Amino acid sequence: MIEHLTSERFEQNVDRALADETLRGALRHATGLFSERRTTALQEVSDWEALRDRARAIKDEVLRDLDTHVDRFEERARAAGAIVHRARDGAEARRIVLDLVRAADADMLVKSKSMTSEEIGLNDALEAQGIEPIETDLGEWIVQLAGELPSHIIVPAIHKTKRQIAELFRDKVGAQGDESPEELTAIARRILRRKFAEARVGITGVNFAIAETGTILILENEGNIRFTNTLPPVHIALMGIEKVLPRMADLATFLRLLPRSGTGQHLTSYQSLLTGPGGRDGGEGPREMHIVILDNGRSELLREEITRQSLACIRCGACLNACPVYQQIGGHAYGSVYPGPIGAILTPQLAGLERTRKLPYASSLCGACRDVCPLKIDIPALLLHLRAKVVTGEDVPGAHGTASVIRSGRFLERRAFRAWAFLMRGPTRYALASFGARLVARLGSGAGVFARILGRMPVLRSWTKGRTLHRPGGKSFRAQYRARGGPRT
Amino acid sequence: MKVELFVSCLVDQMWPQVGMATVALLERAGCTVRFDPRQTCCGQPAYNTGYRDEARSVATCFLDTYARSDAEAIVVPSGSCAAMIHHLPELFAADPDRQRLARELAGRTHELATFLTSVRPLDAIDARFEGRVTWHDACHGLRDLGVKDAPRALLAKVAGLELVELASCESCCGFGGTFSVKVPDVSLAMADHKIDEMLANELDAIVSGDVSCLMQLEGRLRRRGSTVRVMHLAEVLTTGGVA
Repeated sequence: MIEHLTSERFEQNVDRALADETLRGALRHATGLFSERRTTALQEVSDWEALRDRARAIKDEVLRDLDTHVDRFEERARAAGAIVHRARDGAEARRIVLDLVRAADADMLVKSKSMTSEEIGLNDALEAQGIEPIETDLGEWIVQLAGELPSHIIVPAIHKTKRQIAELFRDKVGAQGDESPEELTAIARRILRRKFAEARVGITGVNFAIAETGTILILENEGNIRFTNTLPPVHIALMGIEKVLPRMADLATFLRLLPRSGTGQHLTSYQSLLTGPGGRDGGEGPREMHIVILDNGRSELLREEITRQSLACIRCGACLNACPVYQQIGGHAYGSVYPGPIGAILTPQLAGLERTRKLPYASSLCGACRDVCPLKIDIPALLLHLRAKVVTGEDVPGAHGTASVIRSGRFLERRAFRAWAFLMRGPTRYALASFGARLVARLGSGAGVFARILGRMPVLRSWTKGRTLHRPGGKSFRAQYRARGGPRT
Repeated sequence: MKVELFVSCLVDQMWPQVGMATVALLERAGCTVRFDPRQTCCGQPAYNTGYRDEARSVATCFLDTYARSDAEAIVVPSGSCAAMIHHLPELFAADPDRQRLARELAGRTHELATFLTSVRPLDAIDARFEGRVTWHDACHGLRDLGVKDAPRALLAKVAGLELVELASCESCCGFGGTFSVKVPDVSLAMADHKIDEMLANELDAIVSGDVSCLMQLEGRLRRRGSTVRVMHLAEVLTTGGVA
């Protein structure tokens, strides 16, 4: 299950997004910028395709036997002094974290950006228990102040303009309201620095977990993650099972792909490689390190080869930036913490198709996402796989607590496609259907009363609300071909 | 060289002149063109909407049409249909005999621009089109079949034609089959993104290899009051020359 899901309101969400000119401008600017930077960064790498293939091969290796690799990671992490917890679902993960936070006697904590924590609704659960979680990633802090969900997996506040952020700071933290980005950042830094020092618990996500050594790697640009996993005496790292890689050496491949794909950087400003708690033997760092390994429906995706690749995602966000649909509507429209192309396949598979059945259709199947995915995840193939499930009414395997048969309300559409298939199966029936189609197109593309009537019919009216109907010229091709007397050499 | 023309249901019904132009081009390339009237549709509309059984039943008709053809190639003036045909083996995974036939036919199926540059190169493009023209890279042709250089190479042979490259040439037009009517406002926004750049470039024609894209772009252009010509590659390659 994914918390804060509003995917069943996809259509309304889209309407709202398209009407928001500020949002659309912000999206145009940001996705364009990141795509450009990615293109530039790729020009410096001569073996990009080989890197993608190698990364995919490593992921395929891990996912074929994920249990073994996760077990190995746990064993090595424990040996290094970390305490490892397994959470079957979001509820269990929240319970584990809450227990740890209470044991640390904390009424506030600092947090770095973790999509996994959003997935399980951790902040709400903490606040309900009187514990204040403070987001320290600037983008996450901004959306937290605004009471919103992140709208992009890498740049959570991509939907906000500089002016909107300045006004938010004015309303929430007493700023003037007209500061430059540098001044706003200085304000955030001043406020957040104190929190790092006061906090008894720091919660982070994980980018990669290395089975060979029990090490976790966390990447960042701002430095807030270093503070979060170093200053507080207790560090809790939250990760999905699919974050595990076999060897340290594998990072050489993944670190060449992830920053370039996400933001066009060669490498992020900071990388934290943590093997057990740094402060255990009097060194610098937390005295306790807890790693919470979350399943929440992921292991169900391992069953079929086609769905397994969903877990190859390294959360770079390149697919969001490349997607012509995301570029128009942004992340909130998808109604899930995982939006865009990867969200359209991951959200239904983790949350069940019952509530998310519109998401596999939130795509023109253009394939731009597959082109930019560093792991070559065939997102269009997965979208088609999920569409077939919506049609047959069979939900995804891991849909805990949701109906196993989706009520999809496609009565008319089903009948229409069945009729269409019947007509397309033989030349005589096809000729009949063609005559009808051409007649409708002729009448509908005219200016008379028929055009107005047809323009109100379902499906046709969705076409004609913004487009004219093409007027077919002359006779059908096959009639013309027949008239000219067949093949010539 | 004997070739089968799989003209595609949309060309057959809505853009017949594209079919006639395709025949003319193939004959100019020295092919004997056969049009089997048993052909109907590749099944793509159903497949892309999730109706696999319906798609399979229609695609079976495709297999039956060409099962006994001795032609060296099946040529399709549509990237999306050619790509669908290349995916047919997956659709028939549960039927080994049909899957084998699908694989064999897919191996002989070529999109038009690819056919005229790689399989049976046509150098003598005797066509004249005076004007500024831009090429729209239709998604399935581009990403599934690698159709990128071939149409540009062919357009370069047309006398008087000035090819204008747009930054948004590879951007999806927003058609996406039923996407255009299921999520129509986003579909239009995607078309407008391309059309804004097109209208800012004083073009005489917009050209592509897929009439589905042409239907979307032309439909939106006309609604926005533009009279820019919207043409299929085959039409441009047979304009103003010796018929």
